[in-house]
Amino acid sequence: MESKLTNEAVAERIKAQFGASVLAVEMPYDMLTMEIAAESVHDVIAWMKTDSVLEIGFLTLLGGVHYPNDKNREFAMVYHLHSWSNNFRIRLKAFLPAENPTIATLTDLYDGANWMERETYDFFGIQFEGHPNLVRILNEDSMDYFPMRKEFHLEDATREDKDDRYFGR
Amino acid sequence: MSTFKEDSAYDMPRVGLSNETIDGDIATLNLGPTHPATHGIFQNILQVDGEKILSSEQTVGYIHRAFEKLAERRPYNQITPITDRLNYCSSPINNMGWHMTVEKLIGADIPKRVQYMRVIVMELARIADHLICNSVIGVDTGALTGFTYLFQEREKIYELYEEICGARLTTNVGRIGGFERDFSPEFHRKLNDFLRTFPKIFNEFNSLLSRNRIFMDRTRGAGPISAERALNYGFVGPNLRAAGVDYDVRVMNPYSSYEDFDFAIPVGTDGDTYDRFMVRQEEIRQSLNIIEQAWKNMPEGSYKADIPEFYLPPKEEVYNNMEALIYHFKIVMGETPIPAGEVYHSVEGGNGELGFYLISDGGRSPYRLQFRRPCFIYYQAYPEMIIGQTISDAVLTMSSMNVIAGELDA
Repeated sequence: MESKLTNEAVAERIKAQFGASVLAVEMPYDMLTMEIAAESVHDVIAWMKTDSVLEIGFLTLLGGVHYPNDKNREFAMVYHLHSWSNNFRIRLKAFLPAENPTIATLTDLYDGANWMERETYDFFGIQFEGHPNLVRILNEDSMDYFPMRKEFHLEDATREDKDDRYFGR
Repeated sequence: MSTFKEDSAYDMPRVGLSNETIDGDIATLNLGPTHPATHGIFQNILQVDGEKILSSEQTVGYIHRAFEKLAERRPYNQITPITDRLNYCSSPINNMGWHMTVEKLIGADIPKRVQYMRVIVMELARIADHLICNSVIGVDTGALTGFTYLFQEREKIYELYEEICGARLTTNVGRIGGFERDFSPEFHRKLNDFLRTFPKIFNEFNSLLSRNRIFMDRTRGAGPISAERALNYGFVGPNLRAAGVDYDVRVMNPYSSYEDFDFAIPVGTDGDTYDRFMVRQEEIRQSLNIIEQAWKNMPEGSYKADIPEFYLPPKEEVYNNMEALIYHFKIVMGETPIPAGEVYHSVEGGNGELGFYLISDGGRSPYRLQFRRPCFIYYQAYPEMIIGQTISDAVLTMSSMNVIAGELDA
């Protein structure tokens, strides 16, 4: 089923509504990816849900990414949303600083966001403002680190046989 | 889109303490973590007034295995075995979904024959997945016969997997770019045998339950959810379709040539256990239909794509041919250059949209790999679905949602 919307049209429509909050627009592998200022993400997603043209009303996935070397942009929140009436997928990103990785919760818009946000907190330590029950979900409660952060090594950190440097990277 | 009930049309029971309840009559009951009725390791701490459930507190994560972290340390072709262990009732779909994600990232051109072969394997997996779920619903209502009878048929599907890849449960089937080998003559014989005998046995199973008065009384109205609530909770797959929404990734975003096949998407109306059962029953028939179409119209061609950088060369060439030896080494050591980029690819898994969000920075393993695990997302709705119901309905609701611990906990 072909999509009824084009990436360009959607990007224009969102820019027209939230001009200053749209920080970047990309289309990797034909998927519209917009970087949104962290404080506006909730508003954009709420607006897309009710907008009569976009009707982007299904939250497919949300999660975090850790970029430890990007100053003040250490954490990315990535949201995948889907409009079923238009068959259009969109990806939104917001970058958060490591000192205070906080973003507004989506649980008031999508009940499905509840556990996904808990999982993101559990693994990345990203705080969701307004979340009703932000506690660890898959890991043990007494854990004192966030395991999906890049500084947490999966295996023995002294092991060198898989080190990229030895393969010219 | 079909018509479905508005949320307000549901007469969801309002739960409070009845007048007859005196203090101390509210009991706390642990449903799980290890109980045969939960079919996996889940804990639900229920507050019950007699048989009636007042509230439920869920604990998950008992078999968390850090798949997303593991994936950040493994070369791409070594991630396939991880995906086996997500929804282990339909591992081939997970495997294929992962292969297709990587193929999308590297821009591989996949031969039509491979796509049809994949469709056959994925639909076999869907049948196996739904067979387990539906026969277990029977078990939880007290009808063990269908379960034991159908496991014979699932065994045949597992034998088909064995013919393709040698494994049965955690299949690790196929490779990035296609299959290890073409379907063997024995596979074709067994598939023919399966397609010939299965419908009769399946119809017998269907006649045991689907119009059975006792079964219908037990399952109708058990654990319902409206389309509106289901969408809000991120439901996908048979559970969403049972509530009346005809969303299916195979139709919405066709992959692996699903657009070539003619099949129907069954939907229910009430979103209760009975509808979930019936939707899966019909999907099994539709899957059989797809397999027959794909098998009959199987195009000629190669069983693998022409991507020597990613697809292991034949062993005899590795020993005698310098180029093949280099490729072999690079693939096994995970040293093939991968383009940097990010892709999201989803397939219709046994439980609905199974997604792979992959970020590559050009390194030997993904920078970040996130799985969209349908179970994890829709299991949140479980308390809402069982509050006001009886404990026996709660058990039925869980088995009919097909909550798979492996997929839930990653």
